[in-house]
Amino acid sequence: MKDLERISNPFNDDKVIASCSIFGAMSLEGRKFSGKDIIRAIANMRDRGNGQGGGFAVYGIYPEYEDLYALQIMFQSRAAKDDTESFLKEYFSIAHSEEIPHREPKNISNPPLVWRYFVEPKRMEQRDLSDDDYVVEKVMIINTRIEDAFVFSSGKDMGVFKGVGYPEDIGYYFCLDEYEGYLWTAHGRFPTNTQGWWGGAHPFSILDWTVVHNGEISSYGINKRFLEMYGYYCTMHTDTEVVAYAIDLLMRKHRLPIEIVAKIFAAPLWEEIERMPEKERRLYTTLREVYGSLLLNGPFTIIIAHRGEMIGLGDRVRLRPLTAGVKDDMLYLSSEEAAIRLICPDLEKAWIPKGGEPIVGRLGASEVIHKKYEIGIA
Amino acid sequence: MKSFLLPEFLVERDENRCIQCKVCITQCGFETHYFDEELGRVMHKEERCVGCQRCAVFCPTNALIIRPHPWNLRPHANWTKERYYDLTKQAETGGVILVGSGTDKPHRIYWDHIVLNASQVTNPSIDPLREPMELRTYLGSKPDALEIKDGELETELPPQVKLETPILFSALSFGAISYQAQESLARAAKEVGILFNTGEGGLPQSLKEYGKYAIVQCASGRFGVDLDYLENSAMIEIKIGQGAKPGIGGHLPGEKVSEIVSRTRMIPKGTDAISPAPQHDIYSIEDLSTLIYALKEATNYKKPVAVKIAAVHNSAAIATGIVRAGADVVVLDGLRGGTGAAPKIIRDNVGIPIELAIAAVDTRLREEGIRNRASVIAAGGIRCSADVIKAIALGADAVYIGTAALVAMGCTLCQKCYTGICNWGICTQDPKLAKRLNPDITTERLVNLVKAWSNEIKEMLGGMGINSVESLRGNRLQLRGIGLADWELKVLGIKGAGE
Repeated sequence: MKDLERISNPFNDDKVIASCSIFGAMSLEGRKFSGKDIIRAIANMRDRGNGQGGGFAVYGIYPEYEDLYALQIMFQSRAAKDDTESFLKEYFSIAHSEEIPHREPKNISNPPLVWRYFVEPKRMEQRDLSDDDYVVEKVMIINTRIEDAFVFSSGKDMGVFKGVGYPEDIGYYFCLDEYEGYLWTAHGRFPTNTQGWWGGAHPFSILDWTVVHNGEISSYGINKRFLEMYGYYCTMHTDTEVVAYAIDLLMRKHRLPIEIVAKIFAAPLWEEIERMPEKERRLYTTLREVYGSLLLNGPFTIIIAHRGEMIGLGDRVRLRPLTAGVKDDMLYLSSEEAAIRLICPDLEKAWIPKGGEPIVGRLGASEVIHKKYEIGIA
Repeated sequence: MKSFLLPEFLVERDENRCIQCKVCITQCGFETHYFDEELGRVMHKEERCVGCQRCAVFCPTNALIIRPHPWNLRPHANWTKERYYDLTKQAETGGVILVGSGTDKPHRIYWDHIVLNASQVTNPSIDPLREPMELRTYLGSKPDALEIKDGELETELPPQVKLETPILFSALSFGAISYQAQESLARAAKEVGILFNTGEGGLPQSLKEYGKYAIVQCASGRFGVDLDYLENSAMIEIKIGQGAKPGIGGHLPGEKVSEIVSRTRMIPKGTDAISPAPQHDIYSIEDLSTLIYALKEATNYKKPVAVKIAAVHNSAAIATGIVRAGADVVVLDGLRGGTGAAPKIIRDNVGIPIELAIAAVDTRLREEGIRNRASVIAAGGIRCSADVIKAIALGADAVYIGTAALVAMGCTLCQKCYTGICNWGICTQDPKLAKRLNPDITTERLVNLVKAWSNEIKEMLGGMGINSVESLRGNRLQLRGIGLADWELKVLGIKGAGE
């Protein structure tokens, strides 16, 4: 079995600590727009990273293969590609595959080979696994068993593009200015140790869930052990991996809505819970009793995205920055307000959300956002 | 038979300071001091002294110094003074040597080989005086997942008990300890929002109002157990074993069974209260399950049921069995746990340290995917707030403190709890001695202790950048070992310092 920990955590730290810039933009009406502005916005926060990692997640880019899982996979050797492809052929019907188009690298070195495969699970012998679980299982096999191969993303009609370098250089390399999607997230990374591994950059993704994250999670030790009880193994020792798996567990498996998940990650204080009306008090007390081990303690902001939804969330005592902005159908989330204003100078409203309060953007919910945050409906 | 043993303690009286006030005479229940009418001054019999320091503390002129007797045999690494002393005593009496309190042997104290983390740069530390810092803990079984439909909670949780800080008073039975001592524990538990444990001595009628803060024990003697007792409680605890004397029962001598003890324990006055070594209706795990569900049925599934075991070699496997048998809480009592009376040879040689037991049990329950189904309470050898926080980081939900609470009440660890005489009024039924404990003051001492430790825990949590104790529970990355062998680090599930 491949030791992902050795690849992504060469110094055997408990967890790889990174500080970062994060950015997200979504058209709540599903209008697609190019990655050009997203690259400009994340580049504007260049000082928050150190060139050790940059990446993007984008939704709505593969409408022609909307119903197929888009596996974006990096290979560090030809053999890895051959092994992976024979594995894929065994377990999936591949409708289309191609190398992800890229430009000549600028300011980045040794880019790996990155391919995308549009696939459908081959369900011959399979037990009563859902398609999603089937895909998760196969992704874990590629990541942990096939040497030099790593899956960037595995959702439908979306993709993750990431690597070692400043995010604007990664964006340029993958020609992201030529893609159009309705939801983009981006990440610039400042890890405290150096590592030259493209799989370790953000966003982290499983299926169409992606997470970009700024912070250090002090509760990592118990978050990880709690997830292990449910069969998730945090092979890469990053905080962000924990968040991605916790979301998968809570939202996909336990079917909890994001508003509830936000209150698990950033739980209201007991003294706030005491002041709630009886019904809510019972709900929030129970959430903390049952999911206390998934409370994310320490400073963080995250932008979580999946098909049709983008969520921004900060820790409950707001130790990492998050600014939200709205203009017409657009919802922006960013580490810094300046990055939003750079690409949207005439914002209707920009505000700093309360600690632990999720900002939820949903397709078709433009009015909801405007009403909730008292912004004149455009 | 002439004893070959010299006294254990030396009483030194400074005649220049002594004012012949006789306080020492009245304070010593062992009758060490006496007034010699012929000489017209206070004298003492050293062989009676247990070294509890009561007389020295209460001497108004500080005329008394009590210290270990300096008698020395030729030094011998193998035949130490203690070995010689115990053996000689047995040669003279033919008896099993009894003792009170936890073991005084230098078994490795793992707490002292574990250090904590603190935040630097990448993560701000938190000042608990200015920021929220949460210690609240709920004990009880938690489901694998919650079901929420349209914002409505559909899952009904098994009963949970709330603690404002993850510390509880350990089992100290009325009969062993005085009424005043139990009242103090009950009142202090109520005041700080935690629980006390009745031990197997029942709860006196006059303390019934504290039932809400009581963990009521159902032990092998079943003393004081009736429906009323079970229902008037926060939690029920089935006692299988005790860290100080794994595999051994209990024996409260008839002299301690006074009128009120007899009514509370529901046994005739003056009769010995014998707790058998095993519970005679539990010879197997399925028997345990029967009792757990009998108690749940009796109380209509409204009370969490805990099972307390002594930490022994295969605690991890036993604990998973206990959880699968339906317990809501598993209590582990380690090698260094206290007792009112135990054979010394058992106390000092049987069981394993609590640190290793917590780690092994928490790891095993997680491996089996059932850690959420029961809370874990650690007991036996918690001396300070750092021990509490390390126990929690290793995987405990909360800790019991027994000896620490006794010391807060005045206990000086003289280890003579089994004699029925306690000059500090704690472990005695002698009304003259027991009334020395003023429950108003003793309650305050206990409350102070819990508050002080809680404040220290908050400081340490804040230093780690954590503002809620649930983020520390089982978070072993916050711990590092010093001076431990590889196998010890492996069992504890922690890295060595610098790693």
